[in-house]
Amino acid sequence: MQKVSWRFKLVDALYIAMMTLPLLFAVILKVMTKAPSEGISITGAQVYFSIKMPLQDLVITESQVNSFFVLIIIIGVCLYLTHGISEKCDLKRQHLAELIVEKVDGLVVENMGEYFKGFSPFIIAMMALSAFSSLLSLFGLFPPTSDINIVGGWALLVFFLITYYKLKAGPWVYMKSFAQPVAILTPINIISEVATPVSMAFRHYGNVLSGSVISVLLATALGGLSSMVLGKLPGFLADIPLFQIGIPAVLSIYFDVFSGCLQAFIFAMLTMMYVAGGFPEDEYKKRKAKKKSKINN
Amino acid sequence: MELAIGIILGCCALGAGLAMIAGIGPGIGEGNAVAKACEAIARQPESKGSVTTTMLMGCAIAETTGLYALVIAILLIFVAPNILVDILVNTISSL
Repeated sequence: MQKVSWRFKLVDALYIAMMTLPLLFAVILKVMTKAPSEGISITGAQVYFSIKMPLQDLVITESQVNSFFVLIIIIGVCLYLTHGISEKCDLKRQHLAELIVEKVDGLVVENMGEYFKGFSPFIIAMMALSAFSSLLSLFGLFPPTSDINIVGGWALLVFFLITYYKLKAGPWVYMKSFAQPVAILTPINIISEVATPVSMAFRHYGNVLSGSVISVLLATALGGLSSMVLGKLPGFLADIPLFQIGIPAVLSIYFDVFSGCLQAFIFAMLTMMYVAGGFPEDEYKKRKAKKKSKINN
Repeated sequence: MELAIGIILGCCALGAGLAMIAGIGPGIGEGNAVAKACEAIARQPESKGSVTTTMLMGCAIAETTGLYALVIAILLIFVAPNILVDILVNTISSL
């Protein structure tokens, strides 16, 4: 192992700061702006300020700010993992980076085929964005994925991608695909086309939101239970949070860590399946061959 | 006026509870899926990875109907009462 220069360490420290400081800023922002509340409080994203716009006011909410913090964290992680990579692979982090790249490449090629090999950066970006956003709730922050606007935007992006790849074989093939297998089913096919982004957005948002709602309800119920058991005791003994220690953490492991990562994986898998499933490969090849023969003639 | 607001709030809560009956369907469906996945893994332990992935995907898709019900219930509890009470107050004041 060669000796690392001070410049290398400085850049490393910069990247680590990029990973940790946004989290700190988000927590400070939350503590400064959030009003203290009593009892059950299940609220949506907090509105920081709104910008005057011609049609409707553009509101900047907690979820938007937090998702930009997540973007900075992900860029920091990427820069840190790829900093100082070499052919000899003498840093530990390079192994992790290579592992991630290989796994995602394998997943994409396995599920989408060789034609979509260039899709793996998009897929891992989607996965990382979704997973990191859901994991923000571990720090007591508002997870951007429990806001329908954020997840709906991602679903809309995926919908545009699906339509783009369906249009690859020409608009006529795209129009004809709605009348499959019989022409009577056209309205139902159009409904199912529109339902794709809606169901993707609702699935992700509903899972994360239901987790946070159940966590809040359980925390309140445990608070009531411990005050019922210890409430009769004199002095500070009545305020001991007997049941709030440890029990919410078990639920948090399921709802925040497991469910958040699983939803990220499922969102990415569904993206891959819809994009690869809607792509008319045979017609595309035919069209390409036709174009080639035209050019040759 | 108070009675009308009370009816609105109570009916919203009742409707949210009724909407969550839809949770039965995904529960049965996911149970079936997991049972079959267990059988498949018991029969062919070497295919555990792909079976687990497919099962998780299927569970996520089967869950969708339950989540629609959840979204409707959340809308009924947190969003609908405010809008409905506003409409009621506006109509009464305009009469």
